[in-house]
Amino acid sequence: MTDDARVSAAAVTTAAPAAASGRVRVDARELNAYFGEVHAIKNVALAFQDRSVTAIIGPSGCGKSTFLRCLNRMHETVPGARVTGTVLLDGTDIYAKGSNPIRVRRHIGMVFQRPTPFPTMSIRDNVAAGLRTLGDARPSRSETDAIVERALRRAALWDEVADRLNTSALGLSGGQQQRLCIARALATEPGVLLLDEPTASLDPLSAQRVEELIYELRRDMTVVIVTHNMQQAARVSETTAFFLSGELIEAAPTQRMFTTPSDPRTEAYITGRFG
Amino acid sequence: MSATVAPPGKHRPRPSQRQRVFAERTRRRVRRRQWTNTAMVAVLSGAAVVATLPLLLILFHLVREGASALSLDFFTQMPKPVGEAGGGLANAIVGTLILIGIATGIGLPVGVGAGLYLAEYRSSPLATAVRFLSDVLNGLPSIVMGIFAWQFLVRPVGHFSALAGGVALAAMMVPMVTRTTEEMVRIVPVALREAALALGYPRWRTSLTIVLRTATAGIVTGALVAIARIAGETAPLLFTAFGNQFWSVKLTEPVAALPLQIFNYAVSPYDEWHALAWAGSLVLIFIVFVISLAARFATRSRFGGMGD
Repeated sequence: MTDDARVSAAAVTTAAPAAASGRVRVDARELNAYFGEVHAIKNVALAFQDRSVTAIIGPSGCGKSTFLRCLNRMHETVPGARVTGTVLLDGTDIYAKGSNPIRVRRHIGMVFQRPTPFPTMSIRDNVAAGLRTLGDARPSRSETDAIVERALRRAALWDEVADRLNTSALGLSGGQQQRLCIARALATEPGVLLLDEPTASLDPLSAQRVEELIYELRRDMTVVIVTHNMQQAARVSETTAFFLSGELIEAAPTQRMFTTPSDPRTEAYITGRFG
Repeated sequence: MSATVAPPGKHRPRPSQRQRVFAERTRRRVRRRQWTNTAMVAVLSGAAVVATLPLLLILFHLVREGASALSLDFFTQMPKPVGEAGGGLANAIVGTLILIGIATGIGLPVGVGAGLYLAEYRSSPLATAVRFLSDVLNGLPSIVMGIFAWQFLVRPVGHFSALAGGVALAAMMVPMVTRTTEEMVRIVPVALREAALALGYPRWRTSLTIVLRTATAGIVTGALVAIARIAGETAPLLFTAFGNQFWSVKLTEPVAALPLQIFNYAVSPYDEWHALAWAGSLVLIFIVFVISLAARFATRSRFGGMGD
């Protein structure tokens, strides 16, 4: 498998990012999100290139996580929350009438801040969890085994768990659990992966492994990562978007963002004057 | 205190009068605290012993009084008329198992379903009402439950039945299981639910395969407590299962039950029957004990305890 090569090559030293195709994969337009009366996301328009990593930064409470959760229709699962506007996934509005949020989420993987392995399932069943909902398209047992292995290899976890796939996922360390969650999200082959502060609860070494992983994943998917760690944004992303009080202040190529931001608020934030 | 502290050749200055008084006062205070600590530990461990004392006394007494009547016959023989030696409670043991089976078969699914509903739709008007009624039902005297079951299940049919007894017990079990299930489902982290939803799980599937599965151990424990409670109930059975001196496993016929039999034997004037009542109590406790053990075993994490 090429996966082996991919994993062993995983390194932050990889020179040029895989060439972004320039195609827009996810396109949010006039997006507004509310928690009851609170207007959490204000008229945001932001497009995400295929095969690239976009980082969303901003101070706590600026709405970056909420925005991320609008991209796979998770925001509306909170009681009292609602969304207006459009989000185009490969040209189709996921908020259109008749669009099924469950189907949307199958095409857009998500990983949360804290590792969330399913405690009653083995490592193998955790990775295969997303495949169970596929109904008729559900893979056979042997296919599932192959998919589980591929997902774990992509998440750079295979070597550590290959000999204990049937043990509890809770026996893994925090960093391993987070990579397991990434493998679980990858198993259904989503085109887009949303990461909500995926390294915030991890130790530095585990965080580094996850970062390396994110860097590799851009080769074949669209990655959006919310982070309050600006060094991380600078390391892993091609594009960075800065949110403040529910508004998108600025989105630009990461390098330009961190050297010559065009908005004074962005500059104030990234130079550490607030947030 | 030790020689290493004081440099050689220098002695520590003598403590002043004030310092000595202060040190003495501190010593006394510490001694008093130590004493208080010892006393409190003694009181608390005494309370702990008293709390378990009834159970130990009951077990001790049951074994002493009932063991003599326990024999193979007790489990395999039918009750004998007064004056005849021997005899057992085979019909009552089987009857109690039947009643527990009916009650669990009805009460567990209804209770778990209702509890899941309360947890998932916690603020709906129906949930608020059901929650309140469950609490009321939980405190309902069991004799009332028996009369209720008689009114609706015995009177229309015209005769007592095992089914009516089982339903009466199930009605007692449902509110207990409902509330435990709700509590257990509620403490499943939202993050787990969200993780499943983000994977494309429909809500019903998330509830059943992730949330309910995660809460299973707690729910089973709660269900066990409920089963243990109803296993010994007598009052609801007086007007429903009624009791039966003969062998019967028909659900539509009156059926014998250990608690009823214990009651009948205990209020009788015969010593042999008293012994049988003790033995019956012992067996009843043993049944509860075995149910608990079995379920503990069944819900043991399949990952050797790591999962809980």
